[in-house]
Amino acid sequence: MSFLSFLLGEKKNSANVAKERLRIILAHERLNGDNGTSDYLPQLQKELMEVISKYVKINPEDIKVNLERQGQLEVLEVKIEMQQKA
Amino acid sequence: MTRIVVVTSGKGGVGKTTSSASFSSGLAMRGYKTAVIDFDVGLRNLDLIMGCERRVVYDFVNVIQGEATLNQALIKDKNLENLFILPASQTRDKDALSQEGVEKVINDLKEMGFDYIICDSPAGIETGALLAAYFADDALVVTNPEVSSVRDSDRILGILASKSRRAVMGETPVKEFLLLTRYNPKRVENGEMLSLQDIEDILRIKLIGVIPESESVLQASNQGLPAIHIKESDVSEAYQDVVARYLGEEKPLRFTSYQKPSLLKRWLGGK
Repeated sequence: MSFLSFLLGEKKNSANVAKERLRIILAHERLNGDNGTSDYLPQLQKELMEVISKYVKINPEDIKVNLERQGQLEVLEVKIEMQQKA
Repeated sequence: MTRIVVVTSGKGGVGKTTSSASFSSGLAMRGYKTAVIDFDVGLRNLDLIMGCERRVVYDFVNVIQGEATLNQALIKDKNLENLFILPASQTRDKDALSQEGVEKVINDLKEMGFDYIICDSPAGIETGALLAAYFADDALVVTNPEVSSVRDSDRILGILASKSRRAVMGETPVKEFLLLTRYNPKRVENGEMLSLQDIEDILRIKLIGVIPESESVLQASNQGLPAIHIKESDVSEAYQDVVARYLGEEKPLRFTSYQKPSLLKRWLGGK
C-alpha cells in the first residue's frame, strides 16, 4: 500500500496540515490575548523616538520595532539607525 | 442551587442550537427543572428546533422591558414536563438586551426553582454572545472538526476566561467543556478531518462528548423535535452520554471510531 501510494504520489494528509496551521495561529493569537499585546508597539516606538531624540538626531523611520516569536521565546527587536555625521 | 450553562462556539452553524435543545431536553428527561433561553435576538431559531414556534407570544426582550411577565413568556415544552423555553425576540435589534435585564430574568428563574438554565448563545462575539456567556457557571463549547471552528472556539475560551462574570469578579473560573459535533470517524481515519485528539490537544479543555455527523439531525430539525428524541439514533445516544457525563457519570466515548462495513454488508448495499 505504502509503496503503491509512493508510486502514485501520496496525497498529503490534510488533517495534519490543519493541525499544524491551527497550532501556529493559535499560539500567536493567544499571546496577543484579548486586546492584542502587540498593540503597544506603535506607542513604544513613539516613546523611544522621544527619548532618543533628546540625545541624538534621528528620524521616525530610523527606529524599527519588531516582535517575533521563535519557538517558546518572544523576541522584541529594536533597531535604531544612526545618521552619519556629515 | 441553579446552575447556568452557556452553549457557545464563536462560529455559526456548528450546532449550538441543536445542542442547546438536546442538552436541555436531556437534563429535563433526568427530572431536572430546566429553562433554555435563546439569546439570538433578531435571528431566533431555538423555537423552531424545539417545535414551539407557533406558541411564541411574548419573548425574552418583552420580559426585560417589562411588557410581559416571565411566566407569560416561558413556553412549556411539548415533550417534557419540566422543560421551559424562553424565545428570543425576532423583531428587536440585538442591543435590546442589557446586562441588568438578563440578570433579573436569570434571578427570577432561580427563584422559580429551576435547576438548570441553558443559554443558547448567538454566533459571533457581540452583545448577545457576551451576555449569554456572562452569567455562566459552565460552558459547552461546540466545535466542528474544522480549522475555522476550532480557531473561533479558542477565541471564545479567551472571552470566557476574561469577560465572564466569574472572571470579572475573580471567582472560580467558568468550567469549560468541549462538545465536538459533526464528527465523521471515517474521514478522520482517512486523514481528511481533524481527530478529537488533535482538537483536545489544541484547545486543552475537557471533552464532554462527540456527536457524530448524522442525517438524523436534519430529520429532527425538520420535525421540530430535539435530536435527543430521535430514538435509537447515534446522535440521540451521544447527547444522552453528554448529559450523563455532565452530571458526573463515567461514560466511555462512542461513535468515534470507524468500523469498516463487512463485505456482506457492502454487497447488500450498506454504507
